[in-house]
Amino acid sequence: MDNIFSIAAFYLLGLVILGSAILVVMLKNLVHCVLWLAVTFIAVAGLYMLLDADFLAMVQILVYAGAVCIMMVFAVMLTQRKDMKSSSLFNAQFRSAGLVAFLTAALSAYLAMRTAWTSTVMPVPPRTAEAIATLMLTKYVVPFEVAALLLLVALIGAIILAKEVKADD
Amino acid sequence: MVENIFVGFAEWLRSLLAAAGLPALFGDIVLMIVKVAGILAFIAISVLWIVYMERKMAAYFQARIGPNRVGPRGLLQTAADMGKLISKEIIIPRAADKIVFLLMPVLIFVPSLLLFAVVPFGKNMIAVDLNVGVFYFFAVASVSTIIFWAGGWASANKYALIGAMRAVAQMISYEVPMVLAILGVIMIVGSMKMSDIINAQQNVWFIFTQPVAFIIYVIAATAETNRTPFDLLEGESEIIAGPFIEYGGMGFAMWFLAEYANLILVSVLATTLFLGGWLAPFGLTFIPSWVWFLLKIYFMIWVFMWFRWTYPRIRVDQLMNFGWKVLVPLSLANIFVTGIGMFIYRAIGW
Repeated sequence: MDNIFSIAAFYLLGLVILGSAILVVMLKNLVHCVLWLAVTFIAVAGLYMLLDADFLAMVQILVYAGAVCIMMVFAVMLTQRKDMKSSSLFNAQFRSAGLVAFLTAALSAYLAMRTAWTSTVMPVPPRTAEAIATLMLTKYVVPFEVAALLLLVALIGAIILAKEVKADD
Repeated sequence: MVENIFVGFAEWLRSLLAAAGLPALFGDIVLMIVKVAGILAFIAISVLWIVYMERKMAAYFQARIGPNRVGPRGLLQTAADMGKLISKEIIIPRAADKIVFLLMPVLIFVPSLLLFAVVPFGKNMIAVDLNVGVFYFFAVASVSTIIFWAGGWASANKYALIGAMRAVAQMISYEVPMVLAILGVIMIVGSMKMSDIINAQQNVWFIFTQPVAFIIYVIAATAETNRTPFDLLEGESEIIAGPFIEYGGMGFAMWFLAEYANLILVSVLATTLFLGGWLAPFGLTFIPSWVWFLLKIYFMIWVFMWFRWTYPRIRVDQLMNFGWKVLVPLSLANIFVTGIGMFIYRAIGW
C-alpha cells in the first residue's frame, strides 16, 4: 500500500463495494440485488488481491461470487410468486430496522476502535496457499474438521428435507 | 529462432521503449496492452476457425460436404456469418429486463477473456504466471454460471428460464468432480502454478499417471461447456435454444463466441494438466513449444467435437445421477488412491 496505483485501486474498490452493497439493499427487484451482490463479492476479492492474498481472493470469488450467489438464485427462483413485483416485497417497519442497523454499526465501530491495528513490515510470503494448507491440517485441524462435519450435517439435513420421510417407512 | 519469436518480440518492444527514454512502468503498460490485444486476436481467429472446423466435421460425420461456397473450400463461411450477425437488428422482447438482457451477452465474455491471462501458450509465454493459476481458472470460470442464468432470466421467456436453471444445475454439479479430479494432479506437483505443472511432466505426462482424473476431467469439461451429450440447456427438441432463445444478431453472436472460447479454454486446461502443455514428446524439440501447445489443444478440441457428433443427448435426471453418483465418488477415490500411491512412492524412495 505505498504507490499511487494501490491507493487509487483501494479507493476505487471501496467505492464499488459500498456502492454495490447499498444497491443490494435498496433495489426493489430481488434478482438485481443478487447480481449486485456478486459485484460486491468480486470487489472484495479485489481488496484481497491488493493485499497479496491471492489464494484468499480466489476462494472469495469461487465460494461467494460463484456458489453463494447461485444459492441465492435458487432461493429466489423457488420462492418466486407469479410476477417479480409480488416476490420483491418491502415493508414499512422503519423504526425497528433503523434500530437494528444502528446497533450493528455501533457494535462494528466499537470493535474497530478497540482493535489494535498492527501492521508489520514483513513481506507477504510468495506462496500463501501452501502456508494456509499447512496451518489448516496442523494447528487448526480441529476447527477444520468441525466445519467439515457441520457441512455434512447440513447436507444430510437437506437430503432428508428434500426426500420427505414418509410415515409408512 | 522460431521458438522465441514471441518472447523475442516482447523483449524487443520493451528495449525499444526503454531506448526511447520512457520509464519502465510505461513499457510494462504497453506490453500488457500488446499481450491483451494478442490474446483477443488469438480468440477471434481461433473461434472463426473452430466454428468452421465444427461445421466441416459435423458434415463429414453425416456424410455431407458442409460449407463450401464462400471462399476456397468454404473457409470464409464463418466470417460471412459474423458479418450477417453484426448487421442484424437487435430485438428486445417487451417483457425483458432491458439492461440485464443487453448486459449479459457482453459480460459472458469477460470470464473467458480473464482466463486467457493464465494460458501457457509456450515456454515463457504466459501473460501472468499466477501462483494459484489452476485455482484462478476455476474461480473465474465459476462466475460465468450466474451470467448464463441472468441472461436467461432477463429474457422473460419460459424456455429461457428453464434453460437457465438447467445451466445452473448442470454447471454447479459438474464443477465438483472437475475440481476434485484435478486435485490428483495438484497433489503430485505440489503447486498450482501453470509453469510448475508443465515442468513436472518432463518425464511422463499426467495422462499416464492420472488416467482416471483425465477421463473424469474430459467428461466434466464436456458438461461445463454445455456440449452434446450434455447440451440439455439448449436442447432444441424441448426448449428450443435455452437461455439464448430471445437473443438475435450480435447478442447471440457473443454467447456463441463465449461458448467457443470456453471450448478452447477447457482444451487448454486438459493440455496443461494432462498432456504436458508445451513440452515436446519424443524429444522433437526442433518444433517450437507454442506449436506443440497449439497442436495439443486442437487435438483436445477435436476430441470434444468427436463426442458432440457421436453421442445422443441424455436426460436431465441421467445427467444429475451420473454427475453425483458416479463422477464425484470416482474422483474422491482417485484422490485417495493418489495419496496412497504418493506415500508408497516415497517409501520406496524412487
